Amino acid sequence: MKTFKSGGVHPPENKISQSAAIEVLPVPETVTIPISQHLGVPANPVVKKGDSVKAGQLIAKGEAFISANVHASVSGTVQKIDEVADSSGYRKKAIVIKVEGDEWEEGIDLSKDLVKDITLSPKEIVTRINEKGIVGMGGATFPSHVKMMVPEGKKADYLIINGVECEPYLTSDHRLMLEKAEEMLVGIRIQMRALGVEKAIIGIENNKPDAIEHIRSLLSDYPGISVEPLKVKYPQGAEKQLIKALLNREVPSGKLPIEVGCVVHNVGTSVAVYEAAQKNKPLVERVVTVTGKGLKSPSNFLVRIGTPVSALIEAAGGIPEDTGKLVNGGPMMGKALTDINTPVTKGTSGILLFPEQEAHRKPVHNCIRCGRCAGICPMGLEPYLLAVLAGNKKFEDCEDENIMDCMECGSCLYICPSGRPLLDQIRTGKSEVGKIMRARHK
Amino acid sequence: MFSIFARITTQESKTHDFFHSLTKQKQVNEITLISVISLGSLGTIAAIILYMVAQKFKVIEDPRIDIVEEKLPGANCGGCGYAGCRALAEEIVRKESLDGINCPPGGNEVMAEIATALGLETTEQEPTIAVVRCSGSKENAPPKVKYEGDMTCAFSHSLFSGEGGCPSGCLGYGDCVASCDFDAMYMNDVTGLPIVKENCVSCGACVKACPRNIIEIRKRGKKDRRIFVSCINVEKGGVARKNCKVACIGCGKCVKECKFDAIIFENNLAYIDFNKCTLCRKCPPVCPTNAIHELNFPPKKPRPENKTEPAKAE
Repeated sequence: MKTFKSGGVHPPENKISQSAAIEVLPVPETVTIPISQHLGVPANPVVKKGDSVKAGQLIAKGEAFISANVHASVSGTVQKIDEVADSSGYRKKAIVIKVEGDEWEEGIDLSKDLVKDITLSPKEIVTRINEKGIVGMGGATFPSHVKMMVPEGKKADYLIINGVECEPYLTSDHRLMLEKAEEMLVGIRIQMRALGVEKAIIGIENNKPDAIEHIRSLLSDYPGISVEPLKVKYPQGAEKQLIKALLNREVPSGKLPIEVGCVVHNVGTSVAVYEAAQKNKPLVERVVTVTGKGLKSPSNFLVRIGTPVSALIEAAGGIPEDTGKLVNGGPMMGKALTDINTPVTKGTSGILLFPEQEAHRKPVHNCIRCGRCAGICPMGLEPYLLAVLAGNKKFEDCEDENIMDCMECGSCLYICPSGRPLLDQIRTGKSEVGKIMRARHK
Repeated sequence: MFSIFARITTQESKTHDFFHSLTKQKQVNEITLISVISLGSLGTIAAIILYMVAQKFKVIEDPRIDIVEEKLPGANCGGCGYAGCRALAEEIVRKESLDGINCPPGGNEVMAEIATALGLETTEQEPTIAVVRCSGSKENAPPKVKYEGDMTCAFSHSLFSGEGGCPSGCLGYGDCVASCDFDAMYMNDVTGLPIVKENCVSCGACVKACPRNIIEIRKRGKKDRRIFVSCINVEKGGVARKNCKVACIGCGKCVKECKFDAIIFENNLAYIDFNKCTLCRKCPPVCPTNAIHELNFPPKKPRPENKTEPAKAE
């Protein structure tokens, strides 16, 4: 079975919620929709305080090239446009809507019928994806329409669909592949049409045999699409590692996958593309896994964007008593939440509750020069060296050691027997090196 | 007979040894001579070349640079804005004036010495000191979450708003203390805030090290007396106060109280201009959250109790 060659770790999978079917979470009383839920320039609000909005209505427009539109996920009145603390505790602009009823914007098809025929032209598809605010649903939230526009002189020959879900605990993509497989496959056909590629591969780790089998049974209707089971290894869901595993092509340092003729999209993004193109529905809801060992009923919820995290946890049985940490995202790359009322955004793939004894980091000891971090780094970097250089503010040396290739997967932090904050120091180095590089371009 | 023959042989060999050693001595002398001549001439040629090169590429350096450098403290702190004491000395001699140049660790004394040595004029500058503009101690801004990552301010600032929740407040991991070359700062374990000692030379290293710009270089003031707003939070009053008891809530009372227009009010935050402030001590008592600090003043008569009540937040 295929996998990427260098590095990688095997954290315990703990996919507790994988047999819980997707439940629709009731609409909350108020939603808080941040205007920046994507990578790039924040969107500009186009509604005012007191305006009444319908679900699916455009409320903030992404005007820059790398930006995305934001839509109302509920119907109601705009209570305020204010700075609201996000999961990091910093206050960012958000639109708060008080929910009244559940009325949808006209032209949005809410029926569950599958629409197979693709009528839009490639150009129209890209415009539609842009209009409907689709971003990468894997967690990085890169605006999808940007990926769909292949730069001149480059040609894509493969569309790769990321159904790996290599993060432990998370099951939202797994459930989507089981419950919305047909929608996803139509979505993939739409993306193939937009990109003008003939072949698409869905990469799925073999800890999800039911999903592999289910999609394989449906493939006869969708020419050009194939499913490739992959050996379980973290971080296989990273773009570059996935391309390496599936096609044995290596994306050059500092370049995008299009350089080797690939475009990578997530399973969730494909479903969102289907809904935008066939049903005219903007990205206003997503599947979020709420899980944890002490939780009463670990579940997968279909949630409106802007719902407070507390509502999700409540629906999954409430916070267990000995909870030590709440994490937004997976256990490897996710960030600890500072506030339980943080809203769900387009990039929220899961909410994790760790019991007290598992919540804390190992105590920090001196580096014992074991070299394990260098052995497991999927990008072939030397984390111990980068961390020391960044800690000593030798940022030029960091750049020479290719610190910018680090994708912050956290494998080094996971494997370090001395509990050193390797990734933290590398992140500091990356932000400083980024500043130096930008200053040089000016 | 045998013995005679033997004696002759010995004699012969002795004579042979004598002649042999003579030639050897000669050879040694010759080698010495050759090496002395060759190395001597080589050395002379090299000396001539080096002398010519040294003449050709001679750097004429102003001797005054050395004089000035000797007078400077030699800490190479960079507080003057130049790369080190030597760089500052070169700049002073090049410009031949002391306008806009100040050595914070040396202070007025050193500047005056340099001025007399070079025959220049210098203007007396008020001594300055670093001031930490945050009072978000563990008691005033109680921690709501626990941070376990890399214990540096630079990283935790990029990650989250801090354990207390204030996005402008002191994180308390001591990047400023680590940057201080003069041992003029330390972390107070009880409050979790850095404290500037009186031996601060205001070189500004901590100002650059703090990712939140909490530390400011301010005038030392007469008898080390200073009044400043110990908060830089620009959030609205209610929001700021939720995280911290002693935040500036932007009520503007101090601005009305000040008769010297020394308080600038912008973005829900008051700032005292130390060039205009006369240290009249009128503003600290009116601040409802005790955000205005006065240092090294003699104790005043006790303040009325009702003054500590918080003002209504917006």
